Amino acid sequence: MTLDRRNFMKATLGGSLAVGAAVALAPGDAQARANKQMPPKALGLLFDSTLCIGCKSCVKSCKEANGMPAEFSTQDRLWDTPLDISGKTLNVIKYYAEGTADHKDQEKDGYAFVKKSCLHCVDPSCVSACPVAAMTKNPETGIVGYDPDICIGCRYCVGACPFGVPRFQYDTATPRIQKCQLCKHRLPEGKFAACAEVCPTGATLFGPVELLKAEAKRRLEIEAGSLAVYPRGNIEAPYPSHEKPAPAYLKRIYGEKEIGGTQMLMLSGVAFAKLGYPDLPEQSYSSKSETLQGTLYGGMILPLVALGGLAWATKRTVGSHSDEKGE
Amino acid sequence: MKAQPIGGRLISPVTLVLSVLVLLAVFFAAQRFLFGFGSVANINDGFPWGIWIAWDVVIGTGLACGGYALALLVYIANKGKYHPLVRPALLASAFGYTLGGISVIFDLGRYWNFWHILLPNYQQYGSVMVEVALCVAAYILVLWIEFSPVLAEKFGWKGVQAFTDKWMFLAIALGVLLPTMHQSSLGSLLIVFGYQINPLWQTLFLPLLFLISAIAMGYAVVVFEACTASAGFKRSLKDELPLIADLSKVMAWLLVAFILLRLVDILVRGEIGAMFTSGFKSFMFWVEMTLFTLPVAMLLSPSAKRDARTYFLAACSMLLAAVLYRIDAFLVGYETGPGWHYFPAVPEIMITLGIVAVEILGYIIFVRFFPVLPGHSPDRAH
Repeated sequence: MTLDRRNFMKATLGGSLAVGAAVALAPGDAQARANKQMPPKALGLLFDSTLCIGCKSCVKSCKEANGMPAEFSTQDRLWDTPLDISGKTLNVIKYYAEGTADHKDQEKDGYAFVKKSCLHCVDPSCVSACPVAAMTKNPETGIVGYDPDICIGCRYCVGACPFGVPRFQYDTATPRIQKCQLCKHRLPEGKFAACAEVCPTGATLFGPVELLKAEAKRRLEIEAGSLAVYPRGNIEAPYPSHEKPAPAYLKRIYGEKEIGGTQMLMLSGVAFAKLGYPDLPEQSYSSKSETLQGTLYGGMILPLVALGGLAWATKRTVGSHSDEKGE
Repeated sequence: MKAQPIGGRLISPVTLVLSVLVLLAVFFAAQRFLFGFGSVANINDGFPWGIWIAWDVVIGTGLACGGYALALLVYIANKGKYHPLVRPALLASAFGYTLGGISVIFDLGRYWNFWHILLPNYQQYGSVMVEVALCVAAYILVLWIEFSPVLAEKFGWKGVQAFTDKWMFLAIALGVLLPTMHQSSLGSLLIVFGYQINPLWQTLFLPLLFLISAIAMGYAVVVFEACTASAGFKRSLKDELPLIADLSKVMAWLLVAFILLRLVDILVRGEIGAMFTSGFKSFMFWVEMTLFTLPVAMLLSPSAKRDARTYFLAACSMLLAAVLYRIDAFLVGYETGPGWHYFPAVPEIMITLGIVAVEILGYIIFVRFFPVLPGHSPDRAH
């Protein structure tokens, strides 16, 4: 009673071979899906860490604009003190400090502030992961929005986001995902993102991503120490701007290329990895995942062919065995 | 070897303990539904998926691959001699998958919307989870159709028998296709996680590695169940032993394929360093690989002993390896940033244990009442 290995391999690997071949061919296949492109009128933010003074006005205004509850991290529970974004907080300012922490925007013996909120990826992992399209990317504004009435609460988006942005509520029987939606509910009222609206230094600037990108490039070309003009609020209709000497920027716009680009762009004097923003490849993870799925299941062709073969094989063997029906 | 109900008492120390575990799980589940995840589980935004996904769904359905793995042999490779093992394996699969499917409800935060995932107007086909959910749901139906002749035999449903006689081949074909699809997709789930999964586990070959190890798990589980069922129900194993020997060998060759694919893939991606420099993750990788290699050594070496004990231990090693591989890929190898930790809370574990208890209880009740196990009367009456 030894097993005919050749026969077995032929059959067992029938199904898995198809998977294997498809996986092996996946990169560069006809089904391959490239990174998605940003809509031309996409809206976003430009966060300039060197302008941020850590006043946290944006944290407060975000809570008000979005009706989010306070979150306490001190014993006396006197005021809203969120330590991170969460099911109750969509936006925080974090603090980087090293050594003596004497110099602003300096990696060694320096300090810096950084904004943590949704980056509104051009090709978001959360949208690709969501099984029911509760997480969506607006085709015009590019804002990544969330609809709790559709959401099943699987938290695939929470795990998938490379920036750890979507957060879940673990302390209620009716939990939701929470994330920044760029104040999309305020746009029809002619208002814009609350965080940018209140920012006193223009560290958080709202507007069309194309304009913000041009503004970021302009700043990177200013010589460190020379006087520069900084707009505040909405780049299309700015509040009175202010002047100050330009800092020594890192020559990099974070979000320009990372996993296919993001609609929140960032400038900094300190390496982004130190501020909690990892170095990421240009290919989006959603395109990788969807290319694989598309290769295996595109038009359901492979599965149907496999089903045909399997049905043929079983039709041939079913009933031919003496042990059938427990006999 | 006609399948027969084995009869016997239902109330025993084993079934009593299992029932207590089920009741405890019901208590904690009630807490979870009234007060949210935080009241019973340690999952958090850094580890949004805990053991309710990694164990209940990913490992649970892997352990329920016995029916699938045997169908591959019996119907596709046309090895009719394994037929006596099909019914017990199908039963375990039907229970495993049904419970795995139901347990998803515990893990869905907004479970009242769960039906959205089954409707095309909500489905988002870029999501690997849609494929997994649809395939698992369909496979649960298919498993019970495959198992229905047993029920029909017991209750004398002639109509059902006639129907399944005619269409069983299609159910069996689906019963091979669907697990091939979703067991591989359980691995693909992790691809969109990108850099957050350690390179020892993150690869485009995740679906193939998950698939091969799931099939091997299927054979290991059949061997494991045959051994434990014979011990637990005091039945002789001598009729099944030659089949178990051959299954073990098939499993060992699948493991060879798995180990080679995994090592070559890591080599080609240039991540050999990660095998040694990732601290606890590297350690867990080597534990896994050792457990994957042990059965190969035990079963394929020329000096291998050919007795039930060897097959049982090899199957145990394989199951442990595949369980760890899944836990590592989903939890140990996952890191979304500094400061996040996860280890399941006691109530969280109790809910998982309760689900396992329901499965074992159901299996015991079924084989006592329905013609599942290959017939030969118990060596000792209870």
